[in-house]
Amino acid sequence: MSPTIDQICGRFTELLGQAAAAAPQDGAAPAAGPVRRTDHSQKGCDLDVIVSPLQVAAAAEILDREGFGLDAVTGVDWLAQGEMEVVYDYFHPVAPLRVTIRARVPRAEPELPTISAVFPGANWHERETHDFFGIRFLGHPNLTPLLLPEDADYHPLRKDYKP
Amino acid sequence: MIAQKEAPPAGPSGGAPQETFVLNLGPQHPAAHGVLRILMTMDGEWITRAEPVIGYIHRMHEKMGENRTWAKFLPNTSRIDYLSAMHYTHAFVGAVERAAKIEVPARAEYIRVITSELNRIASHMVWWGALLSDLGGLTPFLYAFDDRELILDLFEGICGARLTYCYYRFGGLCNDVDDDFLKGARAFVKHMPPRLKMYRDLVTDNIILRKRLTGIGPISADMCRRYGATGPVIRGAGVAYDVRKVEPYSAYPQFDFKIPVYPECDSMARYLVRMDEMEQSLRIVEQALDSLPAGPVMGKVPRVLKLPPGDYSYAVEAARGRFMVRIVSDGKDIPYRVRLRTPSFSNLSLFEEASRGMILPDALAMLGSLDLVIPDIDR
Repeated sequence: MSPTIDQICGRFTELLGQAAAAAPQDGAAPAAGPVRRTDHSQKGCDLDVIVSPLQVAAAAEILDREGFGLDAVTGVDWLAQGEMEVVYDYFHPVAPLRVTIRARVPRAEPELPTISAVFPGANWHERETHDFFGIRFLGHPNLTPLLLPEDADYHPLRKDYKP
Repeated sequence: MIAQKEAPPAGPSGGAPQETFVLNLGPQHPAAHGVLRILMTMDGEWITRAEPVIGYIHRMHEKMGENRTWAKFLPNTSRIDYLSAMHYTHAFVGAVERAAKIEVPARAEYIRVITSELNRIASHMVWWGALLSDLGGLTPFLYAFDDRELILDLFEGICGARLTYCYYRFGGLCNDVDDDFLKGARAFVKHMPPRLKMYRDLVTDNIILRKRLTGIGPISADMCRRYGATGPVIRGAGVAYDVRKVEPYSAYPQFDFKIPVYPECDSMARYLVRMDEMEQSLRIVEQALDSLPAGPVMGKVPRVLKLPPGDYSYAVEAARGRFMVRIVSDGKDIPYRVRLRTPSFSNLSLFEEASRGMILPDALAMLGSLDLVIPDIDR
């Protein structure tokens, strides 16, 4: 019933391997990193996976099939590197497993697909991340301000934001 | 020329027209628990779509986290869910302690457990009183606040605050507990069981309450998972998910307690989970008081706190569910990023799907059974 960390690791290695095989000459997509196991007592999560922005929905589908729940979606602005990181946290209602999925998008063009079709709870989290960072979630049904005023045209958690 | 508006189709037997209308609930509606607004598209008394509109009390705590030191952000954490302040402070100090590898003395961990569990009882009492006043019974509110007052007095004695406690510090606590607190906590553990029995006789077994809550507002385990709903909401859907057991933290593994679970998925199940949780919290407090170790309440903490670069998260079981702090450090004395994952946000996000097709009074009963704290949603 409840998955083990080995099974989840295997699924992601498969996902990242397949993508690499399917699009070897696609230089535009940022390189997908390894699947890392982390010590829960040190980091607070068990598995840390870096995927390419186009793989976030596939990663969500894997975790959905294994019975994970969506914890949160958020961003981190890496101004010096010219990138924004989108972080997806997942918990499992039965197994003691926490998984973090990360994807990096260029700061100039912060776009990646929505996962709200897989996890409806992502709808609000993605709207919030759009409010705070201006990251656009393609295919989102209603990417309007959630916590900021309805006419807000600023993104306060960008590191170059000046009030 | 003004376009002629087409007349809506007449209802059965030529009565009122069959069309929907929009009902605006809040942001200052007495049943909306603070500044929550819900735009409801109604078909008569039935809800066809209920969209929560949030953000009225948004304060941008996450931005505040990025422009002050780790220690200076600590008081903010108790102002997110002000009814569950101990748990929220616990998650933030836990994340920083995890990153800086600060050892916390055993006595401090035990006192954290005692105060967290008392805080859970106090929070559930506010929920209980507020739910019942939503349903039209004002008396239980006064009983609950009478008992809650005893807890607030205890907390005031150890940290000076009655609501927004900033009692936990990186590495321990700001004060040790005194004899008055220990005596008072013991007296409270003795005082509560007969009161909980009275709550049950007076309210829980009341036929009107049962009819308002039983079978109303079904939220399945799968819906909880897809929306990330946790706490009494997922435990009222038959899933024994509790951070204290799944990701054990602090001194919780030392104590014997049960996770109350009800499989009915309705508002009554969520009600009963919280009522049983108060009994379990009393058990934990009693065990912790019996085995409270002696020793210091503060570990060794560097004077200027700089965390090693990287990201760290720490989750606790707050009164409303899973609260997680994710911090990102770039090695400076100021956080690079503080993410606050709050339970009320996720628990409310399923309302649109769950309330579809309900009648308005039932939806309000379900809203009460979710135990929302609006500043916790809006942050």
